[in-house]
Amino acid sequence: MLKYSKEKIYENVRINDSTYKIVLKGNFSGVPGQFYMLKSWKNEPLLSRPISIHNLYEDKIEFMYQVVGEGTEVLSKLQFGDELEITGPLGNGFDIDNISGKIAVVAGGIGTAPMSYLVKKLKSDNITAYYGFRNKVYNIDEIQGYVKEIKISTEDGSKGHKGYITDIFKPELYDVVLCCGPEVMMNKVIDMCKDKNVNIYVTLEKHMACGVGACLVCTCKTKEGNKRTCKDGPVFNGLDLL
Amino acid sequence: MLKVNICGIELKNPVIAASGTFGFGEEYSEIYDVSRLGGISSKGLTLNPKEGNNGLRVFETKSGMLNSVGLQNPGVDSFIQNELPKMKKLNTVVIANLGGGTLEDYLKGIEKLNSSDVDMIELNISCPNVKSGGMAFGIKSGVAFEVVKEVRDLCKKPLIVKLSPNAEDIVDMAYKCCDAGADSISLVNTFKGMAIDIYKRKPVFDNITAGLSGPAIKPIALRMVYEVSRAVNVPVIGMGGIASWKDAIEFIMAGAAAIQVGTANFIKPDICLDIINGIEEFMNKEKINDIKEMRM
Repeated sequence: MLKYSKEKIYENVRINDSTYKIVLKGNFSGVPGQFYMLKSWKNEPLLSRPISIHNLYEDKIEFMYQVVGEGTEVLSKLQFGDELEITGPLGNGFDIDNISGKIAVVAGGIGTAPMSYLVKKLKSDNITAYYGFRNKVYNIDEIQGYVKEIKISTEDGSKGHKGYITDIFKPELYDVVLCCGPEVMMNKVIDMCKDKNVNIYVTLEKHMACGVGACLVCTCKTKEGNKRTCKDGPVFNGLDLL
Repeated sequence: MLKVNICGIELKNPVIAASGTFGFGEEYSEIYDVSRLGGISSKGLTLNPKEGNNGLRVFETKSGMLNSVGLQNPGVDSFIQNELPKMKKLNTVVIANLGGGTLEDYLKGIEKLNSSDVDMIELNISCPNVKSGGMAFGIKSGVAFEVVKEVRDLCKKPLIVKLSPNAEDIVDMAYKCCDAGADSISLVNTFKGMAIDIYKRKPVFDNITAGLSGPAIKPIALRMVYEVSRAVNVPVIGMGGIASWKDAIEFIMAGAAAIQVGTANFIKPDICLDIINGIEEFMNKEKINDIKEMRM
């Protein structure tokens, strides 16, 4: 299952200003919330980049990422046929079999990337997506047909609610909330769920080095002490996080 | 052909996974057969469990990385009870890397490890010395001598002393540690470095400084291994930025009896196998029968 391999880029599509999607052809594995370490360079930068599974099909895997630094900048330049070293699948992923009832999927910006695969695998037919963006809206068509309703917010008001997604999100309507997005948004959603006593699982993003649980640079603090985001996570019970 | 002997312990080959980069071996064993390794040096242990440092713990630099993990570990007892049995099953030489904030901590840790199944102990003297205001044991040779001497008297396992490149005089440091009874010297640990977030106008790490590792430090580490190898007559284990079989051979030629691979495990998870295979191919091509023959 978990392996290191060298693959060839099939597609590297620009989704909007700074968001791209890499497609690799082949038979890959992984559950929603898991990630791969990606690297396409020889010397610089040094470390691979952890990118979540955006979609996984029988014959291909997709990684969506935002250009935020040197590594993702290099990734964004990749073209058909270029080599990509990948290690994965890594991390725990969402516990799909034990998530049921009325579900809210709350995501912000590039945090919507892992949710495409998630909603396709969830066994509930009662999912509401709350997607918040700064201005450009994406990953909506992806989830049409898999969710009952999609609520959108943009900070500039160009689509949906003007403001933050947390303005219109009501945790008390759901049995369980699944969340991915900027830290401040996730903290807010966790607080809202705590307040209404609603189960919440979040998937975290941290700077990583090994990606496999050996180096301890990506630890997060939980009620049970330090946990490795890459190995014990990246999906955590939001109520356990400190 | 690749076998090496370090203080009476036979290693299948001279490639050891370095402390702090390989956990307790289990994580990487999911990716490749880690029994191929010459040995694994455990995550740095302390007598009592440690939570490690707060704030950001890793920052990439040119050809390297800074880490500020702060010796997060489960403590010696938990290591012996929970990690060591699994590590022993990996079928490679198990080295317990031990740090400490006081001499007493080192000694208590050694006592516990003495009666365990670890094959060797690697003493990390780069830890801040609580009693001397946080300056590492490994900076002044006189301080290191005292620690190593007391540890040696108590230690029943082969004792490797791992040097910090931040030592005032690395050759004198190595010499004094051997004088105090070290069976082997490993070097170098990370270099003290720092990085600043220019927009926040403050250091990126809560601890201000952090440990620099990776290819960036290789030429300096190599020079230190070369100098130390000529000054001491115990086996030297070389490390510092080794990221290819060619790097490994340079360290062996400089005088290392074995080498450790650290940060490069993050660059390519099975890089140690590439290094082992590369060394073997090189020896075949160059008609070298024994690792020792490569020493300059």
